[in-house]
Amino acid sequence: MPKSLTPRLAALRDEIHGYAKEFGLDFFDTVFEMVSYDEMNMVAAYGGFPTRYPHWRWGMEYEQLAKGYEYGLSKIYELVINNDPCYAYLMESNPEVDQKLVMAHVYGHCDFFKNNFSFRHTNRRMIDEMANHATRVRRWVDKIGVEKVEDFIDRTLSLENLIDQHSPHIRRNPDPRRAEDELKANERVEGFKVGREYMRGYINPAEFLDSQRKKVEDEKQRAKKFPERPQRDVLLFLLEEAPLEPWEADILAILREEAYYFAPQGQTKIMNEGWASYWHSTIMTRRALKDDELIDYADHHSGTMGTRPGAINPYKLGIELWRDIEERWNKGRFGKEWDECDDLRARRNWDKKLGAGREKIFEVRKHYNDITFIDTFLTAEFAMEQKLFVYGFNEKRNSWEILDREFRKVKNKLLQGLTNFGQPIIEVVDGNHENRGELLLAHKHDGQDLKGDYARETLKNLQSLWRRPVCLVTRYDNKGLMLRFDGTSHTEKKVEL
Amino acid sequence: MTLKIHQDHSRFKQIVRGKIKANLRKYVQKGEMIGKRGKDAISIPIPFIDIPRFKYGHKEQGGVGQGEGEVGQQLGPGAVEPGDGHQAGQGEGDHALEVDITLDELAQILGEELALPNIERRQNEKLVTQKIRYTGINTTGPESLRHFKRTFKQALRRQIAAGTYDPGRPVIIPTREDRRYRSYKLQDLPETNAVIIYMMDVSGSMGDEQKEIVRIESFWLDTWLRHQYKGLESRYIIHDAVAREVDRDTFFHTRESGGTMISSAYKLCRDIILADYPKSAWNIYPFHFSDGDNWSADDTRQCIEMLRADVLPNVNQFAYGQVESPYGSGQFIKDLREAVGDSSNVALSEIADKDAIYASIKDFLGRGR
Repeated sequence: MPKSLTPRLAALRDEIHGYAKEFGLDFFDTVFEMVSYDEMNMVAAYGGFPTRYPHWRWGMEYEQLAKGYEYGLSKIYELVINNDPCYAYLMESNPEVDQKLVMAHVYGHCDFFKNNFSFRHTNRRMIDEMANHATRVRRWVDKIGVEKVEDFIDRTLSLENLIDQHSPHIRRNPDPRRAEDELKANERVEGFKVGREYMRGYINPAEFLDSQRKKVEDEKQRAKKFPERPQRDVLLFLLEEAPLEPWEADILAILREEAYYFAPQGQTKIMNEGWASYWHSTIMTRRALKDDELIDYADHHSGTMGTRPGAINPYKLGIELWRDIEERWNKGRFGKEWDECDDLRARRNWDKKLGAGREKIFEVRKHYNDITFIDTFLTAEFAMEQKLFVYGFNEKRNSWEILDREFRKVKNKLLQGLTNFGQPIIEVVDGNHENRGELLLAHKHDGQDLKGDYARETLKNLQSLWRRPVCLVTRYDNKGLMLRFDGTSHTEKKVEL
Repeated sequence: MTLKIHQDHSRFKQIVRGKIKANLRKYVQKGEMIGKRGKDAISIPIPFIDIPRFKYGHKEQGGVGQGEGEVGQQLGPGAVEPGDGHQAGQGEGDHALEVDITLDELAQILGEELALPNIERRQNEKLVTQKIRYTGINTTGPESLRHFKRTFKQALRRQIAAGTYDPGRPVIIPTREDRRYRSYKLQDLPETNAVIIYMMDVSGSMGDEQKEIVRIESFWLDTWLRHQYKGLESRYIIHDAVAREVDRDTFFHTRESGGTMISSAYKLCRDIILADYPKSAWNIYPFHFSDGDNWSADDTRQCIEMLRADVLPNVNQFAYGQVESPYGSGQFIKDLREAVGDSSNVALSEIADKDAIYASIKDFLGRGR
């Protein structure tokens, strides 16, 4: 099991810690532990944590990591947990220069966890919480049986991405209009004011009052429609409204909490990896690197930064963007004057010697997430320098190919891929669809169709929690389509959008 | 391994095994795993072990990449993460996880499902084979084993020493002397020795479908015997009116026309056994596949004589699989049944179509010989 650092590594850690502080990084206490390579694979399979609830997919994860390492396809160098204190792991067999690089990288992550706004609401005692979750799930396993619990977890995991990424930052108020409507409705039922009692039958005929009452009742029924407005947090909706057993609700709550804990990491992947890479590179090349370590450092660093044509490497894109921002703010390449300058030579030699780059990147690391980061700082020059392109699938040639290098398109595609961390947005629209207790979901289509077989399987899992038929309205080939699963069979029908 | 994840890991393996077992008949009939075969492992698509989600069809999605290339240029294979975008309107979902499984594990599963007995080995002598282990660095070697970083360092060291290194233009050019290679040692591994001699009729009446059946069936026979004997040799004989020994690839892809003289194959088989595989040191398994059409009753008589005199006394088991074809008379299996059908080391099987492969494997391997 994890060991503490050797005196030699502890000394190196103190050294790197000193550099990190010197450069102004601000982090929680960080505990480094030494692990063997299969311990590293285990911790990585558990998403960085020493303990998770029992489930086969960690085993699958572990198998894939161990194989990847065996075949020399992948190697995990660094793992760090957003927690206070932060925990990070060093692999025993790594050479010293790698350990230094990893430590520097880790301090970058810890600074980011502590300071970036997306992590403000995360549980900083998550290690304990994960251990609690494990205990709770194990208790249910003892009581309910492993098969049933595992099966329920399988089905719930299938819905894991149906959370509201923004909900930790939003507070909703009750709707004041509804109360007003209700007051008005009461007046209508009582009928108009009657001066003389014998006129009542004429002014407020019984049929009229009845029809008014019916109308109000109907409205009330409709107002009871839930949720009142489309709800992105499908897991919460299920937790509150689905007929779950106590143990099921408990497990669902656990999985939902873990999903929210990990969400900010998905929303800041490019920034966070870029930031950590920026700092390992800065600390190593300016301070920590010894001459005879240079080649091993360069080998490792370039391995991390390598790109494949058909994918974005967040480490590479991130570090380059941070460096670009720093340079632009050092040289004053921003603002109205810069934007409006179309003299190429002037732009190339533009240097106002502002020196504000370092300060700027520290500010940016606080207030942005990947979407706003890319949206604000990815410039046309940058996209060109970095040789970014949009690719797509060519059915005719049955292959992937480069579609476009135009800046706007590249940026839009990149942003589209980051929206809702690259997952489709699905909302609960009605929990009493057709007044039959069916669950109606809607996919907010943004130009990309859902993967059909996965959608059907997911509906199945949803139905098993909701226990009544479930429907999903989406779009395929620009036509509205409602998928429905009633517990035994799938149906689909065209709908108007 | 005393790690906590051990439990989750074995649970995962148990699930995978269960899925493979449940689908084994399908795998056997389809033969889809043969193409993906690696040296010791194959990957098998396991239905529904990945967790379905609402997500975008990948082909719909596309994305942003980084690198050189003109608009319209294809991205090389492997550049994009695999994943199919099946549309809602299309039939059943077929998403699956590819799981690597060793051939050994696959054989175990096959054995459990078909209730195959372990083979009683006739010969227990050990044959020694060698295995390569990469242990060090050498100054010579094949280019495929070149150690890039060590070579680079060596070149840098030399250039600095020679004063030709310019930090302003840090270009390193390795020479022949700078090159470093991974070196290996050979390790001895003891193994039990067995040989399979595959024979197949490739005359005109054996069509592609028949050969496909032989190909699939021999994959499973191989897998099982390899599981039983570490260190298995395979020899391949094709025949029409004459027989010749070929390599594996030729064996499965040859098409001849003309008549059939099964005796030619048995004669070659006998010669191979007598020349290369002394009974005292080898476990020997001839498997012969044909559509049951032989040239003449006289040739069949010769076959049976050879079997009785030279083949059966030397081998663990002689197996004949008759693949049904529209042209074959199917007479040969009847003749064999009559002549040698009650010998304890003869296995005969009729394979009507791909669905019958499953049962046929059991015919061949069910006796544990």
